Amino acid sequence: MDLVQLQRQLVDYKTSLYNEGFLDEQFTQLQELQDENNPDFVVEVVSLFFEDSERLLNELTKALEQQSVDFKRVDAHVHQLKGSSSSIGAQRVQKVCIAFRNYCEEQNIEGCVKCLQQVRHEYSLVKTKLESMFQLQQQILSAGGSIPM
Amino acid sequence: MDSSCNCIEPQWPPDDLLMKYQYISDFFIALAYFSIPLELIYFVKKSAVFPYRWVIVQFGAFIVLCGTTHLINLWTFTLHTRTVAMVMMTAKVFTAVVSCVTALMLVHIIPDLLSVKTRELFLKNKAAELDREMGLIRTQEETGRHVRMLTHEIRSTLDRHTILKTTLVELGRTLALEECALWMPTRTGLELQLSYTLRQQNPVGYTVPIHLPVINQVFSSSHAVKISPNCPVARIRPAGKYMPGEVVAARVPLLHLSNFHINDWPELSTKRYALMVLMLPSDSARQWHVHELELVEVVADQVAVALSHAAILEESMRARDLLMEQNVALDLARREAEMAIRARNDFLAVLNHEMRTPMHAIIALSSLLQETELTPEQRLMVETILKSSNLLSTLINDVLDLSRLEDGSLQLDLGTFNLYVVFREVLNLIKPIASVKKLHVSLNLAPDLPEYAIGDEMRLMQTILNVVGNAVKFSKDGSITITAFVAKAELLSDSRNPEFFPVPSDNHFYLRVQVKDSGIGISPQDLPKLFTKFAQNQSTATQNSGGSGLGLAICKRFVNLMEGHIWIESEGLGKGSTAIFMVKLGIPERLNESKLAFMPKVPPNHGPTAFPGLKVLVMDENGVSRKVTKGLLVHLGCDVTMVSSSEECLRVVSNEHKVVFMDFCTPGMDGYEIAIRMHEKFTKRHERPIIVALTGNTDKVTKESCMRVGMDGVILKPVSLDKMRSVLSDLLEHRVLFEAI
Repeated sequence: MDLVQLQRQLVDYKTSLYNEGFLDEQFTQLQELQDENNPDFVVEVVSLFFEDSERLLNELTKALEQQSVDFKRVDAHVHQLKGSSSSIGAQRVQKVCIAFRNYCEEQNIEGCVKCLQQVRHEYSLVKTKLESMFQLQQQILSAGGSIPM
Repeated sequence: MDSSCNCIEPQWPPDDLLMKYQYISDFFIALAYFSIPLELIYFVKKSAVFPYRWVIVQFGAFIVLCGTTHLINLWTFTLHTRTVAMVMMTAKVFTAVVSCVTALMLVHIIPDLLSVKTRELFLKNKAAELDREMGLIRTQEETGRHVRMLTHEIRSTLDRHTILKTTLVELGRTLALEECALWMPTRTGLELQLSYTLRQQNPVGYTVPIHLPVINQVFSSSHAVKISPNCPVARIRPAGKYMPGEVVAARVPLLHLSNFHINDWPELSTKRYALMVLMLPSDSARQWHVHELELVEVVADQVAVALSHAAILEESMRARDLLMEQNVALDLARREAEMAIRARNDFLAVLNHEMRTPMHAIIALSSLLQETELTPEQRLMVETILKSSNLLSTLINDVLDLSRLEDGSLQLDLGTFNLYVVFREVLNLIKPIASVKKLHVSLNLAPDLPEYAIGDEMRLMQTILNVVGNAVKFSKDGSITITAFVAKAELLSDSRNPEFFPVPSDNHFYLRVQVKDSGIGISPQDLPKLFTKFAQNQSTATQNSGGSGLGLAICKRFVNLMEGHIWIESEGLGKGSTAIFMVKLGIPERLNESKLAFMPKVPPNHGPTAFPGLKVLVMDENGVSRKVTKGLLVHLGCDVTMVSSSEECLRVVSNEHKVVFMDFCTPGMDGYEIAIRMHEKFTKRHERPIIVALTGNTDKVTKESCMRVGMDGVILKPVSLDKMRSVLSDLLEHRVLFEAI
């Protein structure tokens, strides 16, 4: 596939991510912070997010499996996840986290479990999407082109 | 005789023939008497308006009774019974009564009837009279209508010939004329020329002398006058066999503007007339009626008006054409002038350039020459060469400047500059020369003089330099004082120049500079000539006085451009002089020096390093969001230190860090406490970094509590790049920022 087509594909893909609510303006802000001094800023932040989220999700799973659930801890983790996702603009994940926190406040175990599943689902979706986007970017860069903003 | 017969015998014996005739007559009388009322009734019934019905009834009764009497009489001729006699008697009595009553009645009625008749006659007369008047009115109205129509036709055009032609045609039609003609006065005014006729298409140009008695008669009367068909003006048609119709002539006043030819003959009366001649058809036995004459008069007047309108139109058209021509000529002249100016400017520019180059060479080489080993004579010669070439160079510059100033193509280069610096530079430039001449120069700047002003720095300096230079030039010893201050309102208007009404406004002020010298002074008669170019003071044309006399003229132009005024005061020769000028300068908005050193405000589109090297501490437990915040700040050029806990924060923070960004929404992390601790750590305000909380909480409680613990600011997450930039600049300026939550 030639360069122009790749670039157009990337643009369309990104637009679809925004339209479907996977990403919001915060992600655009991140892209603006990337410059010659920080050429891989976005990739770094996103990778950090992936790491952080995996860890948090594992912690959450463990915490909710307990006999007596420590809602304070759960809330703390969810808060962290919410913070991370809003920092990079993973809108859908953030929204689910907000709902998750409400259930924590109500101390509703089933709600929390359901939310956890939802969070996992949304997280894996956004992760796949972002990874394929980075792949496309990589293809364009190796073909000698530049990333269209 | 029978005594049983109760009959009455007639008085006279019956005579047979007599009786027969009487008998027949009575019969007919009776018949007539019966039929008359019937007829009366019949006809009265037919007519609806008979007012005396009851009279008719009376009359009818009377007649009927008479008839009855005569009828009954028929029986009395022969022997008749008493009954008949009785009946006869009754009838007669009744008849008598009715007749008497009728007779009495008629006494009253007949005068009435007679008067009715009189009234009828009177009314008939009146009706006839009204008829006549109606006829008159109708004819007048007809006339009026014709006049209106004619006028309309005449006025509907502004073309002279059409007007006249239409007049004649319409008149001819309306009045059913055989011929009508218009005689116009010729240029000389001594003859009348046949100009237009109705039937004959080409008037022959036939002329008639104007002073004929008949013509005078017509001209002196404002009415249409009947003239003889044999007079020269009326003899236009070949005489026919028949009786020529009546002819009428009317004068048409030619108003001044409507003269066909320019009227410049003073001996003629101011009123010129044309003659309109109208002829009724021959052998038609028609007469000129009064209303027709009136019509003619009215038409004549209307024609006069229409003609004057046409003339006015012609005039204005001519004037407009003339103006257009003049316009074109002026345009051409202007373009030529512009070309001339451009040519001159080009010439001057070329001249300037071409002259400067060799000038430059001469000056440069002469100064170089000065540096070498020279004999005193040679030195003197070189110095003279240098001086002369400097002079020439100045002259070239001045001439170019002046020519540009003169045709107004010079415009000021406005900019913000330091006023004090300008004066100091002038001082520095003039000090060496002044010290050579042992002159003492002092500069007094008023304390309220603004440091910065908006104006043309170069030209202002040139002006001050020129004025001060003159002061130095024309002083042999003594001192020169330069004073500069802001002109106050009372001193602004100067009696010397009453048109100079300077009005200070909010963003302008008037700079007044006075240069006083103790030099040779100026005599009063020379004062006005000072600012005219090339005029030199003859008495001071010494060796030392350089300059072509252009300097002050140029200064004056500059000062005028700056909406100011310049003049020189002197008490006389040998008493020194003071040059004073005032110029209008603008006041710059921000008089902050530091702002002028850098950009006045950090523009949002400036490069990423808007805060170069600003030391910032970021505290955030969340790795991702910490990284993002760091990325933001690094992008803005800050030097970022990251900590992930409050203890670390308190440990690491120092007074080098200008700002501390704290992520505030982590539960369990007591941001308040950190703030309090920080306040404790840095007791002096200027040492303490600005503490800013980053929070996603959008409630007032958070904000208030932040304020309470002494945070300097609260920002809502997410923070965009532009927001971070503006936040930082506001923080650094005001040291406090509480975003509206």
